[in-house]
This record gives sequence, C-alpha cells and structure tokens, in this order.
Amino acid sequence: MSIKTRKKKDKIFTLLVMFLSILTILPLFLILLYLIKAGFSALNLDLITKVSRPIGERGGALNSIIGTLIISLLATLIATPISVFTGLFIFEYRKKVVSKILNITVRLISGIPSIIIGIVVYLWMVKPLGKYSALSGSVALAIMMIPNTVTSTVETLEMIPIGLREASLALGASFAKNITKVILPLSIPGILTGVLIGLGRIAGETAPLLFTAFGNPFLNLNIMKPMDTLPLLIYNYALSPFEEWHKIAWGASLILIFIVLILNVLAKWIVSKWNR
Amino acid sequence: MESIILTIKYLNVYYDNHQILFNVNLDVPEKKITTIMGPSGCGKSTLLRTINRMHEITNMARTEGEILLKGKDIYTMHPEELRSRIGMVFQSPNPFPHMSIYENVIAGYTLKGIRLSKVDKDEIVERSLRSVGLWEEVKNKLFKRGTFLSGGQQQRLCIARALAMRPDIILLDEPTSSLDPAATQKIEELLMKLKDEVTILLVTHNIAQASRVSDYIAFLFLGELVEFGPSTKIFTTPENPKTEEFISGKFG
Amino acid sequence: MENLKALIQRQSGNIIYRFASIKKLLNFDKILKISLFISAALVLGIVLGFVVTLCVASFDFLKSLGFSSLLKDTWNPLTDEFGASPFIFTTILVSSLSLLLSIPFSLSIAISLSDKKGNKLLQSFLNTSLDLMAAVPSVIYGFWALFTLSPLVRLLQTKLGFAPMGVGLFTAVIVLTIMIIPFSAGISREVIKLVPQELEEAGYSLGATRYEVIRSIILPQAKSGIIAGFILSMGRSLGETMAVTMVIGNFNAFPKNIFSPANTISSLIANQFNEASGLHQSALIFLGLILLVITLLVNLAGAFILKGSRR
Repeated sequence: MSIKTRKKKDKIFTLLVMFLSILTILPLFLILLYLIKAGFSALNLDLITKVSRPIGERGGALNSIIGTLIISLLATLIATPISVFTGLFIFEYRKKVVSKILNITVRLISGIPSIIIGIVVYLWMVKPLGKYSALSGSVALAIMMIPNTVTSTVETLEMIPIGLREASLALGASFAKNITKVILPLSIPGILTGVLIGLGRIAGETAPLLFTAFGNPFLNLNIMKPMDTLPLLIYNYALSPFEEWHKIAWGASLILIFIVLILNVLAKWIVSKWNR
Repeated sequence: MESIILTIKYLNVYYDNHQILFNVNLDVPEKKITTIMGPSGCGKSTLLRTINRMHEITNMARTEGEILLKGKDIYTMHPEELRSRIGMVFQSPNPFPHMSIYENVIAGYTLKGIRLSKVDKDEIVERSLRSVGLWEEVKNKLFKRGTFLSGGQQQRLCIARALAMRPDIILLDEPTSSLDPAATQKIEELLMKLKDEVTILLVTHNIAQASRVSDYIAFLFLGELVEFGPSTKIFTTPENPKTEEFISGKFG
Repeated sequence: MENLKALIQRQSGNIIYRFASIKKLLNFDKILKISLFISAALVLGIVLGFVVTLCVASFDFLKSLGFSSLLKDTWNPLTDEFGASPFIFTTILVSSLSLLLSIPFSLSIAISLSDKKGNKLLQSFLNTSLDLMAAVPSVIYGFWALFTLSPLVRLLQTKLGFAPMGVGLFTAVIVLTIMIIPFSAGISREVIKLVPQELEEAGYSLGATRYEVIRSIILPQAKSGIIAGFILSMGRSLGETMAVTMVIGNFNAFPKNIFSPANTISSLIANQFNEASGLHQSALIFLGLILLVITLLVNLAGAFILKGSRR
C-alpha cells in the first residue's frame, strides 16, 4: 500500500471519528434547545407559585418543586451519615476481607435497577403502613445515593497523606478525635463532591418514587403522606392528553435540568478548587 | 573524511514557548556510532526526537532550522516515510504485549498493511533476530509473547524490530538505563557490531558508556552543542572547558 | 503546612486537657466505632434484604402458579395468566440492540478524547457534553423522545408502509442508545488512556499513521477493557425504566417487527404495579427479581473483565 493510500485512509478515519463524535453529542443540544423553546413560554410566575390544578384551571408546579426539595434533602440526610461512616469503616479496616466485601456490596447496590429499589422499599414501608409517603421515597433515593457517597468518601480518605493521618495519633489522640478533628475536616470537599453528584442523580429520579412517594396533586409538607416531585410531575403530565399540562411539564423539565446542572457544576467546581 | 548521512543546521526547538535547543549544528557520520552526551535534562532526547519528527506527535513543540537526511530535507517528506527510514529504540523496552516475538519483529511492515509472503516474512524475522544475537535464544518460541523475555532480551527485540525496516539510521534514547550491567554490556557489544550495517545515534548521560562505544561524541549542555569530535579526542584533549568539567565528573 | 502546624499545636493542647477526662474520651471512641460497624452492617444488609424481600414476596406467585408459568407467552392478570416471556425477550432485545448501536459512537468519542494532537478546547467541550448527557434525567429523555423522536419515527413508518404509531421498539432502542453512550464512552476513554504511551510511540516511530496505531496497537491493547465497558453499559440499560416506558408503547406481546409496540420488564412494572394486588403483584415482583438477577450477573461479569484488563 502506498504512502498516499495510507494517508488517505488516515484522513477518512479522522473525519469519520469526528463526525460520529459530533453526532453523539448532538442529542444533548437538541434536547436543550427543545426544552428551552417549549418550556420558555411556560416559565411564568404561575409555574413556581401555583400548585397543580385540574385541567381548565391555571396551575403550576409549586407542590412538585417543594416536594423535590424536601424528598431530596431528606434522602441526603439519611444517606450521608451512613455512607460516610461506612466509608470510614472500609478505610479503617481496608486490609481486612470485610472491606473488600463491602466494596463489592456497594458496587452491587449501584447496579440495582431503580425500579426494583422502588418495589423493595414499597414492600418495606408502604405496604405495612398502608399508605404512600414521602419518607419511603426518601429512603429509596437514599439507597441510591449510598454507593456514590461511600466511594467518594473512601477515595478522599485514601488521598490524605499518611503523615497527616498519623500525626495526631502519634501525639496520643484517640481514634475518635483523630477522625473528627483531623481526618473529617480534610475530607469534607471530597465527600461533599460525592454528595452533590448523588443529589444530582436522585433529583431527577422517577422510577423509585412511583410506588413510594407516589405523587400528590396538592401541596403537602407531611413526610408521612404522598408527595409530588418534578420528575413525577413531568412523567404524569407528559403522558396526559392535555396540551396545557404538556406545557407545564416542559417548564418543570427546564427547572429540573437547571437544578441538576447547578449541582453538577458545583461538584466540579469543588473538585477543581480542592485540587488547588 | 567521513561520509555524512545526517546534517542538522541551526536547529532551535521550542516546547510550549520554552526554548530547549539553541542553534544546534551537527553532521552525523555514516556507519559510525555518534553519541550525544550530556547531563540529564539538557535536550538530548529532544534533539533525538526532532530527527525523526516524533516531537510532532503532540502539538506543543516547534522547530526552526533544517535537518537533511542524505541531503533531503526531512520536512519535504511525509513523517511516516521518514520514520520508516529512521529506526528508534526507547529507554524502556516496549515490545507490543499483544503480539508474539515474530509479530513484533515484523510489526514495521504489518502495521502499515504491507503484504509479504510467508517466506519473505520468515527471512526478515530471522535476519533481524540474528543481527541482534537473539535468534538462537528465541527461535523455538517465536510465537510466544515478547513480554516473557528478560529486560535485556526485550530491548534487543526492540532493536531487531527497528532493524527489520532496514533503516539508514537507528536512534537510541538511553537504551540501557533500565537494564542490568550484564545486559548493558551485551547491547553495547551489539551496537559496535551493528555500526557496519547502520548508522547509530545514541543518547546517554553515562560517561563511561559513551567512552566505551562511541566513534564520535557530541556534548550537549543546556540545549547547546558545546563540542563535537572523535571520541578519543573529546576524552583526552577536549577543547571546551565545560566538556572537560563534565568528563571529569564535576557535574552529572 | 501552616494548617498542619496549628492543628498539631491544637491537638497537643487538647491532649493535655483531655487527660483529665479520659473516661469521656473512651466513650466517644466507642460510640464512633459502633457507628462505623452499624453503618457497614446496614449497607451489607441492604443487598441481603433486597434479595430476601423479593424472594418472600414472590413466594405467593411461585407457590400458586409455579416458575414455568412465567415462561409462557400470555400475560393476562384477569385470568391469572402471567406468561412473561415477551417481556424477558424484549428486555434483552432492547438492551442488546442499544448496545450494538452505541459501539461506533462510544469508540469514536473515546478515540477523539485520547488524541494527543487534538484541539484541547474541543476535547474539553466533548467531555463536558458527555458528562451533561449522563446527568440528564431519564424522564426528560423520555419526554423529549415522545415529542420529538416519535413524530419522526411516524414519518419513517409511513414511508416504509408500517402503521404510523411513533412509539414502539424502534423509538425505545434509539433513545436508550443515546442514553448509554455517555456511560460506555466514559469507560472506553479511561481504558484507552491506560494504554502506555511507549507503545503508541513505538508504533509511530515505525512509521505508522494515526489510524494504523489506533487500529493495530491501541484498540487491541484496550480490547478487554472496552468490552467490559460495553457489558457494564448493558447492565445499566437493562434497568433503564422511564424513558423506555414512555416510548415503547405498552403492549403485552412479543414484538412482531422492529416497529412493534412492546414492553420490557421494567416498563411493565412501571405501568402495572400500582394497580396490581395479590397474585398479579406477586408475579410482577418475581419478574423484578429476575431482572435484578440478570442485571447483577451482567454487572459482575463486566466488573470482573474490567479488573482483569487492568491486570
């Protein structure tokens, strides 16, 4: 094969790869553009100040926005201590078999389909109590958050230089003091990143909430009752036959994507600042 | 007077706006061992890589000046053509792990889709392995992975791989720095034998090695070619005080 | 460094103070250690709990109708028929097709991102876009697909003489492909980066073009890692619910052709679980258990191969 033919093949390959790469990310921009176009007109004060109303009346997404905030925050409150402690455990006993098992377990949890998590939490909390609740939704989402936070906790801990780790221990401080006064403060940025990424993921989740938080057309602040979130709203309204509701769903989608984007950007920003 | 195979004229090399080589002028004699010697980090590897345009693999290097291979400007040909005429051996042996010894030697052809008959391929493999002294050691395991060989054998395999293309010059960038003394000696002996077939341009910061193998020495210091001449002259009556200091180990 | 000094100084001060209240110290230590143990146990318990719960809840169905009834073709809760083979088939079909379709795109992005000569700005743009695509919630993908893709599919169907439904296998596969590309591209990118630079350089130094180096050196070296990445992304796609549910057409039978409406296990559950009770619910839960097992096996296989590729 002559050098000319080979160079030609190389050129064609380069162009093909570039073309396919651009094609790959094209949907992102199509989605964003469509969201902006369709959702922009729905972005009015009504959307964020009114709650859902039956078709015909002017409604909004206030109950869903508040629901998203409450359920996500609650899930974070549940998941973070468990995850951080588990991460500390894995790190502290990292030479033992139990840590390897935990690592595999955490990996397994992140592979569980989200709808299955919904079913199990339904069986644990909704069926016995006889009603849907925001709390059960938060539990389901918390389970989804655990792998992310555990992994980032362990990675962060591993990055702390040994010298710093052992410094206070060498001075006679207890295990607990070492953790709380030295290790944890140093790990906060890394752990926070994991939490933010997990939050970004669960804020957009629908499947686990279908059988737990279920959704609620009314504004509800009681976590023992069903609650609506933005993804649930979008799902229900999108599948409805009403144009009016489609518009609201587009507006809600814009808000949701905005929230998810902010969380991701924040996480990235913390990582870059932390790497100094 | 020696026949000159490679001419470097007024070579300046910038990496990321940082100048590494300053006005290097060098005539490399044919079928001799020329060693580029100097302390670590003064541009020796950069100089070597400029010769076969490997600096273009990333886009952060910029060159000024001329390099002529057998009188032809290396920038008037495709880099792939140039690199087929110049072989390169790296600091750590890098045989392709997913290829057998046989496939490694012939890689210069197969990578480029050059079709050869089995007879031709066998001949090239045997010839190349013989010239690096590996044939007897590996002829019964040609189809095993190259990574099962010792460090010294792997490096000789890499030299064979480069030689298979019958290049005009072979560039070696500190080829023995990761090898033990026994393997190092084998390779030094090999290079002295090979110079009859191919011009050798060697980079090293090991003064002892330079004195053992070289016909000619180019002393590079802080990106400048301080002195060039026959090996015996450089080591007995160097002209430049810096050359003298380096040889007597005043800095390393 | 200043922080460390201050920290150590503070610590020494603390130690002296604490000697007076060692008892307090011991308790805090113990509490913390116990918390660690409890959390770890909880996490282990989750997986075990999942399996046990699902098994127990499937028991009703298994006892009444038996496992083999699940493998039949007809799903009709009203007559206690729970043949789920259409759904198992569709689940695997949709995931496999999406996987195959995603391969050229994932590889292209991974190759573009590992080009050392590439435009750095373009590369970080691609990277960020990929991350954003992974962050878009599934329900929004489904929403968009329902309103943008399915009209296009309807056009295609009319042109080809199929019923212009817009929803069905085809649309579901397309949207699922778009969703898993960021995941498999990410893994491919990491694996390709791991190929030692010396090997690439050896290839170039022999006079190979970039295409030749990628084809004959980089890809063969990264092969097992890339395959692992694809298997893992298939594991991801098996559990994907919302987008698929919204565009697959909710039809309980074997798909007849590429445009047929159908149901995967997760879309079936999403559609029917809330209204199901008794045997119906138990059957759905058992299906969920099957989905879980398939997904976990695929993920384990992928993780195992990935670990092996890193040697």
